[in-house]
Amino acid sequence: MAGDSEQSRLFTRRAFLIGGVQASLFALLAGRVYYLDVIEGEKYRTLAEENRINLRLLAPRRGQIFDRNGAPLALNQQNFRVVLLPEQIDDLDELLDKLSLYIELTANDRKRIDRDLRNNDSLNAVVVKDNLTRDQMDAIAVRSSSLPGTDIDVGEVRSYPYGAATAHLLGYVGTVSDNDLDKADAEDDDDNDVLSIPGIRIGKNGVEKQYDEPLRGIAGDVEMEVNAHGNVVRELTRNDPDPGADLTLGIDIGLQQFAQQRLMKDEGASAVIMDIHTGEVRMMVSQPGFDPNLFTYGIAQDDWRHLNTDEHAPLMNKIITGVYAPGSTIKPMVAMAGLDSGILDPTEKVYCPGYFDLGDYRFHCWKHDGHGHVDLRGAIAGSCDTYFYTLGHRIGIDRIQAMAHRFGMGQKLGIDLPHERGGFVPSRTWKLATRRQSWQQGETLAAAIGQGYMLASPLQLAVMAARIANGGYAVTPHVARGWSRGGSSPLNQTPVFAAQNWPTMGLEPKHLATVQDAMAAVVNEPIGTAYAARIIKPNLSYAGKTGTAQVRHISESEREEGIIANDALPWKQRDHALFAGYGPVDNPRFSIAVVIEHGGSGGHTAAPIARDLMQECLERDKT
Amino acid sequence: MRLSSSDHLSLGDKLRHLNWAIVALITLIGLIGVALLYSAGGKNWQPWAFAQLTRFGMGLVIMLFLALVDIRFWLRAAYPLYWIMLFLLVVVEIMGHVGMGAQRWINLGFFVIQPSELMKIALTLALAKYFHGMSLEDIGHPIKLVMPVMMVLMPVGLVLLQPNLGTATLLMLASAGVFFTGGVRWWKFLIVFALVAAILPIGWHHLHDYQRARLMTFMNPGADPLGRGYNILQSKIALGSGGFFGKGFGQGTQSQLQFLPEKHTDFIFVVLAEEFGLFGALFLLALYGLLIAYGYLVALNCRNQFGRLTAFGLTTSFFLYVFVNIGMVTGTLPVVGIPLPLVSYGGTAMMTLLIGCGVLLGIALHRDMRLSRTGSYD
Repeated sequence: MAGDSEQSRLFTRRAFLIGGVQASLFALLAGRVYYLDVIEGEKYRTLAEENRINLRLLAPRRGQIFDRNGAPLALNQQNFRVVLLPEQIDDLDELLDKLSLYIELTANDRKRIDRDLRNNDSLNAVVVKDNLTRDQMDAIAVRSSSLPGTDIDVGEVRSYPYGAATAHLLGYVGTVSDNDLDKADAEDDDDNDVLSIPGIRIGKNGVEKQYDEPLRGIAGDVEMEVNAHGNVVRELTRNDPDPGADLTLGIDIGLQQFAQQRLMKDEGASAVIMDIHTGEVRMMVSQPGFDPNLFTYGIAQDDWRHLNTDEHAPLMNKIITGVYAPGSTIKPMVAMAGLDSGILDPTEKVYCPGYFDLGDYRFHCWKHDGHGHVDLRGAIAGSCDTYFYTLGHRIGIDRIQAMAHRFGMGQKLGIDLPHERGGFVPSRTWKLATRRQSWQQGETLAAAIGQGYMLASPLQLAVMAARIANGGYAVTPHVARGWSRGGSSPLNQTPVFAAQNWPTMGLEPKHLATVQDAMAAVVNEPIGTAYAARIIKPNLSYAGKTGTAQVRHISESEREEGIIANDALPWKQRDHALFAGYGPVDNPRFSIAVVIEHGGSGGHTAAPIARDLMQECLERDKT
Repeated sequence: MRLSSSDHLSLGDKLRHLNWAIVALITLIGLIGVALLYSAGGKNWQPWAFAQLTRFGMGLVIMLFLALVDIRFWLRAAYPLYWIMLFLLVVVEIMGHVGMGAQRWINLGFFVIQPSELMKIALTLALAKYFHGMSLEDIGHPIKLVMPVMMVLMPVGLVLLQPNLGTATLLMLASAGVFFTGGVRWWKFLIVFALVAAILPIGWHHLHDYQRARLMTFMNPGADPLGRGYNILQSKIALGSGGFFGKGFGQGTQSQLQFLPEKHTDFIFVVLAEEFGLFGALFLLALYGLLIAYGYLVALNCRNQFGRLTAFGLTTSFFLYVFVNIGMVTGTLPVVGIPLPLVSYGGTAMMTLLIGCGVLLGIALHRDMRLSRTGSYD
């Protein structure tokens, strides 16, 4: 059949044509597979590994903080919390709405959760809420099936057993802020990993902030094989986290608590005791305080507002951040300036009629009727202003300023705590530069009794007393004592500060002895302003200087009518009561500073507190 | 080797002359599929490998049975089979089982059939029969082409309604092959091509969103790596990470850890490529090549137009399955739901392919039979 053979030939031709096309398409496929497997194989192998392997950071245990006797001041407690597993979440808002039926979620919480989720590398759980109560935990656990993407886990949370007693000293921990991350990036911080752990807490203030890095430890990680749903198939490698080092402080928590309770009555007060030889701070209390445990779970807004607006500034560590006119507490220092200059003869008597006239202006002594004839010893013991007006007038502001600097005023002492303030010591050049006015002699007189521009922190007062008591060595304060791992045993501690030979200030021993003798008289002799607050037990006797810093101007008319008593004034206008001293009188070991804001007179208010604290300190001290 | 009388083949003759090498080739491909499903199931017979093995065994028996069926039966049954399939397509359109967002299955209780799959064979047979009855002169008359074009467009339209763009395309391309080898002139294809090009923009508007998205994803898979492009990207990662010899049986991390989507069905080739590398992928491609070459051999050696066109049509369908599937998983073609023949998990597709193979083997057996244009004996 001719037609059929023609059809057959046509079919064969066309079948070969299409067969050829199909064969080349097959070759194309083979080439494509070759390209993906061999030419681009390396790239896809890398992508395959990235697909498969996920890194989860492991939080290191934060180092604990102990007092000098091994009592725990900051430790880690188990904390039940609800977390989100990012890979299992469908609708975050809906989920959080549901959760908020059982736990309180503020707008801030939501913001933080959102941020943590964004910064997350998918596998790390994000903390929704810490420190669940048993009831909350049960409520969520029971409903876990209707809350996909949530889980309850056990974390660690910082706990401060002594609460407000150590609040300012230790500070507190809080969640990592964007600011912290930026700072860490800027510093190219190697421990940056720790900061990326969701829910990690870092030091925000006090010792926790100062020693944050060693306390943090080093994050561990675990490499996990995961499937496409993000579920862990198996663990590949694990680097355990390196826990933070434990820190022992020089603080005696017993003394600290005693001081906190002793100051409790006073509305804004602070007290510090330090070792005059080592510079180690034994006690540091600022009142009113706050509960640092509030911060570990994120402080409620009401609490925060309350803490911030309280006029007694509970958040402030007044020992290092509060600066006050030091008042008469700097008279021993001014006396040192006079003695050191050779101008002052300590035996020379000055007549005090209750005032000192400089030109047309009259400078009053606190003692209206005057001290009569006083030498240096009597002037310090009785805190005679007229004597020091005279002295200041003679030696001038430059010598006072120089000596104040040698005693650590007007500069930061470099204590191992954040937010230290350096106070202020005025000078001629400062006045000219900032006020465009020359220094007035009257200002020298104010400076000589610690008024006017002069400002000092309680810590500076304690250091000043320490440097007088230790024979003129420029000791500086610190709170940390030693690092250790796994506990507080002093045997395996590495000291934070090596034992130092403090530089000498170059003061004559006899001058120091003169001033020391006068300071002992303040407390231990009837002419002294703190005689009422003396300690009878001879080996516990202490020395010091009272101060009453005026915070308002007293007009001439008021003086004539009679100065309004402190009790009759509003709190904010009352005098600050101060005391700076050391003990025991023979062979001194500790210096102390007490400042009672608007507490009235130093002799009546501050000195008795100093007495109790010094006595407690000496009695507790066994070394 | 010629049979003395091809009109009357005894069962023994048929069994003796059946191309057992091709049966072995098909079995080898099927067993590779079972092995890959075993691996994809986490080196476990469940959930896929055992079911696939059972179905493949049943399919092989059906294939061998169909291979023995006289070619004249197919010639006679071509149109009725076509109408039955068309009817079933209408049925799925009306009351189909809903799966994967498209209505494609009829659940017979014990068996789920996918009429669009079986239509590939029925349409090929029907077209082959139509062109078998035409002289080249007849084919030259455009009016004579109306009928076969309608025969193609009706099922294609129904499949598009399901909607199943992939199968519709395959039906059209395989039919075009039959038209072409059947003797339809070049320029008529050009006209159709021009028409399609003109209709395409309108068709784009009628595509489902997911179909449009698939096409868009194909153009630029990296644009949305966790969304639409995820499948293709994961497929390329798994495939490309296989290297020359692969990661070893059951060691393919991407497929074992579920990164690879649809690894047991449309993306099974990637499991092979990841675990056995370039070597394994080319080996399977070569097996397919052999099977397709055999199909061509059958078509070219057949002495009747019906057998030629049927063999060619079935072979082209088979080729299109392989090409579209591997093209898809290698990111060469858009993602259309076409399984890898004889390897992908799934009942109807495998059954269809084995039925096709059975018909092909049967044509080989009856290649010397001369058939009249009307289907009666020559």
